[in-house]
Amino acid sequence: MADAKSYRKPLPRIDEESRGYWEALARHELYFQRCRDCGTKRFYPRALCPACLSAGTEWVRASGRGSVYSFTVTYQNQAPGFREELPYVLAIVELAEGPRLMTNIVGCPPEQVRIGLPVEVVFDDVTPEVTLAKFRPA
Amino acid sequence: MSAIWGKTAVVGAYEHPTRFAPEKTAYQLHAESARGALEDAGLTISDVDGLFTSGVGPIGIMSLANHLNLRPCYLDSQAIGGSSFVSHCLHAAAALAAGLCSVALVTYGSTAASERFAIGTGGGFLMDPPDAFEAPFGPTIVGSYALVAQRHMHDYGTTSEQLAEIAVTMRKHAGLNPHAKYREPITVEDVLASRVISSPLHLLDCCVISDGGGALVLASLERARDLRGPPVVILGGAEAVRHSEAGGRDLLDVAASQSGPLALARAGVRHADVDLCAVYDSYTITVLTTLEGLGFCRPGEGGAFAGGGRIALGGALPVNPDGGGLSSNHPGMRGIFLVIEATRQLHGECGPRQVKDAEIALVHGTGGMLGQRHSGVTLVLGRA
Repeated sequence: MADAKSYRKPLPRIDEESRGYWEALARHELYFQRCRDCGTKRFYPRALCPACLSAGTEWVRASGRGSVYSFTVTYQNQAPGFREELPYVLAIVELAEGPRLMTNIVGCPPEQVRIGLPVEVVFDDVTPEVTLAKFRPA
Repeated sequence: MSAIWGKTAVVGAYEHPTRFAPEKTAYQLHAESARGALEDAGLTISDVDGLFTSGVGPIGIMSLANHLNLRPCYLDSQAIGGSSFVSHCLHAAAALAAGLCSVALVTYGSTAASERFAIGTGGGFLMDPPDAFEAPFGPTIVGSYALVAQRHMHDYGTTSEQLAEIAVTMRKHAGLNPHAKYREPITVEDVLASRVISSPLHLLDCCVISDGGGALVLASLERARDLRGPPVVILGGAEAVRHSEAGGRDLLDVAASQSGPLALARAGVRHADVDLCAVYDSYTITVLTTLEGLGFCRPGEGGAFAGGGRIALGGALPVNPDGGGLSSNHPGMRGIFLVIEATRQLHGECGPRQVKDAEIALVHGTGGMLGQRHSGVTLVLGRA
């Protein structure tokens, strides 16, 4: 694990709306939210349900399983932290429970990634405070 | 009878000829472009009482007013990416029709190329809540559009060859534009042989990076009739935004599918009436999804629709006769050039790249990151 100083990619700002999500990831658990009033699932985490503006929020633990909804193999990115890791796979994964999220596909050669590929979460502890949910072929 | 549509017009348009201006600032390009558009209109800077711009920083419109020594009574620095300037025209039409200002000036200037700004392949931004769940994974702007292209290929069998043909057509058009940055013809094979930036998009699927500037002057149609040139009437317009929603976004649902039909309905114009399109071509996939979203073809048919010369000069629906961002110029946000080219086409002053008997033009700007958050603004323009 890098310390916060040597890690060069962007780190999320953890705030009141997102703290529960990031703290769960640090425990290697992936969560999304569901509205207690109207039942709408949501990702990314927000204080209020965007469907009905209710503050009643249930945190739902995701199975960590899903499939690749779309992806791109990135060959050029000048930004520090990424330019040393080219090529890398940027993807949107659809969780088995429904919500879609942006992530990286790791643990396989980029050319093996396909839309529909079954994947499972891997927890990448990038700094002592921040863990990212990435995915690998299941 | 509408209170807005058909009541206002573009009365002056100017595209700065530069594509590389290392000695100039963006503000100088704004000012030089403003002068060109006001001369085109037969108006002076002292006539301007509405100011519209973007890309100058969060409160930069005040610096621009300072630089032009303007005291406008209406200011709008709408910032929704490259489509902002199309949006400015929509907002100016509403403001002019409501009597909130009488002469609206829209300006743009950028020195992206001479500053070597890596527009499409820089790092992710980390400013707003959604960014915290995206930027850590390295979405470039190209990558965001590539996510849409990959999904389009998966769902509809769209091919890299079909995307490449769009780039080839834009380059063919650029060959007729003396100011275009790249004018040498290219082939589908050239596009496919260019290096992959973010799969499935190749280098030649991506817009150029240039310096540049442009300006537009808008006024009421009543006032326009006393001015120098033939007015280009704003017949209808609408804007829209798409984003990751609550985690359920369909990547192939683009903003154009909302703004396009609404703008056409407001204008009372059918697809068959449109003589040419000026469509934001940040990437080849942008053109394809926009034409589908606007309703010129059905979802999934964009690849076939854009082929066979249909969107080339002489085809059924010429798109970007100036060569677009893929070949002519792209200083970071090229929405203003869409309106300028549409205006000049409707004036019939485009020489070898003129669309014959052009009476109705549809402009569509796309701003932002297609696979994350993007805006779409549609304008329907017509000869008076």
